Amino acid sequence: MSSNTSNERLADESTTETDGTPNDAIIETAISVDRGASRATGRTETIVRAEGLDVYYGDDQALDDVTIEIPEHRVTAMIGPSGCGKSTFLRSINRMNDRISAARVDGDLYFREKNVYDDDVDPVALRRTIGQVFQSPNPFPKSIYDNVAYGLRVQGKADEVDLDAAVERALRGAALWDEVEDQLDESGLDLSGGQQQRLCIARAIATDPEVILMDEPTSALDPVAASKIEDLIDELVDDYTVIIVTHNMQQAARISDKTAVFLTGGELVEFDDTATIFEDPDDDRVEDYITGKFG
Amino acid sequence: MSTKRETDFLEDVDRSREKLLNRVFYGTLVVASLFGLVMLILLIADVVWEAYQAFVTFDIDLGNFLTATSSSRAERAGFGASILASLWLMALTAVLAFFIAVGCAIYLVEYAPENRVTRLIEANLANLAGVPSIVYGLLVLALIVNDAGLGSVILAGAIALALLIVPIIIVASIESIRAVPSSVRDGSYAMGATKWQTIRQVVLPQAMPGILTGTILALARAIGETAPLIMVGTMLHATRYPSGPLSSFSAMPTQIYNWTYQADRMFNGLAALGIVALLVFLVGMYALAGYLRKRYETDGGSISNV
Repeated sequence: MSSNTSNERLADESTTETDGTPNDAIIETAISVDRGASRATGRTETIVRAEGLDVYYGDDQALDDVTIEIPEHRVTAMIGPSGCGKSTFLRSINRMNDRISAARVDGDLYFREKNVYDDDVDPVALRRTIGQVFQSPNPFPKSIYDNVAYGLRVQGKADEVDLDAAVERALRGAALWDEVEDQLDESGLDLSGGQQQRLCIARAIATDPEVILMDEPTSALDPVAASKIEDLIDELVDDYTVIIVTHNMQQAARISDKTAVFLTGGELVEFDDTATIFEDPDDDRVEDYITGKFG
Repeated sequence: MSTKRETDFLEDVDRSREKLLNRVFYGTLVVASLFGLVMLILLIADVVWEAYQAFVTFDIDLGNFLTATSSSRAERAGFGASILASLWLMALTAVLAFFIAVGCAIYLVEYAPENRVTRLIEANLANLAGVPSIVYGLLVLALIVNDAGLGSVILAGAIALALLIVPIIIVASIESIRAVPSSVRDGSYAMGATKWQTIRQVVLPQAMPGILTGTILALARAIGETAPLIMVGTMLHATRYPSGPLSSFSAMPTQIYNWTYQADRMFNGLAALGIVALLVFLVGMYALAGYLRKRYETDGGSISNV
């Protein structure tokens, strides 16, 4: 399927989905999907595409024949029970799975029509285009400034740009500037957990990647800090593509435009507009999972 | 009636035997812990007392002792040349051992494939650290002093001491590097850093305090080593100041050793003073190691606080 037809399909589905009445909602809790609906109406390119992707850790299969097309400038959520392979999928996009010696990848994963598992792809170069934010905030034991400047420095861009301005821009982008502008020289580890996670987001966007992968970025945070991150994700998507793994279904419904549901065995069961997934999923297992019958 | 029965288990219970056992065991542990401390205090007190006695009896000039070279005449003998020789040894040993050991530790933790050979090397590091120091002295005597014709110079002594402490520093460095959480490494790789950039800019800065502490403690062991230096061959009396790595020498422990079997009682007194000087150096090095560790703990640079 060419990316063009897939975009039309995306657009079609979003139209039908906005027509759906709230009564169809299968979740009783008030879940707003308005953001996703409004944003999904515009046409958009596919930025990450997997075709028949299998990932093995030794003899264990973590992903089973995953095929998915992830749109640009959208928030795509990956949900599913523990061990379903959603984090594995995330790590296979920027080839962080290469770090695990037992990991093996079959199938194709394209970033802008370039198979990232081709022999001529340098994973270091790939990761300079695809940033990642981790489950637990992991700032470096350096100053706040050096944390944010780290990517520009290791990528050799520190001399080409105004580093001070780039650091400020990234910290503003991560909604952290106002809180830390007077303490840029202090250790990033002195910040609170929520601030640390926003520092990690600032670190990721400082190098202006195209995609930001987030692996349960709020699961180690309190609700207030988590809600700040969620607001931030909503703004980030204007400039970046966000792919987020989350255990929190309300969160997926709140912030994402598209939702992919993985179930045990590394199988991608359903991938559709978030509203459709939460209100009228095709697959009974998805409905069971979302309504809490298992998972 | 019923209340009486319910509180029976609180009264009329003879636990004196259990209490006695507890006390005996507790007492044994305290005595065992105190034993080491008491012996150390006795040792230091004895050395200091001997040194004081010698100081008074032979009317030793402390300035002369700290600055003069040794001599065959006890009244003129000093410790200065030996102190300088030990400082040279420490500096050369540190340079020789540090880079080899840290390089080896980085390789083993970050690069080496996880296979049998790697495990064999790591397991044998502990054995290497346990090899008697005189063996390293013999090795250097054969290979460096004689075969390579370097002679009995400070550099040869430093090579022997470096061989001795390299395994110790490797073990300490491996532990420090392993203690850097993998989440921080992942963070660096995900930013598009190369392996070397990650090691250089994230892993090593975080592991360095631990590596430095281990290095200083290993050097503190090396500064007191006598056997390998005797094997390498030192002067009986350090009669001149070492001028560089290729000077002949007698370091602090070997000079003390040589003084102790001189017939003149005053030499024995000088040896006691020399031991005090050596202890001062040791305490200084331990203090430096402790300071580094302390500073490292308080500035929150060690472990992510999440």
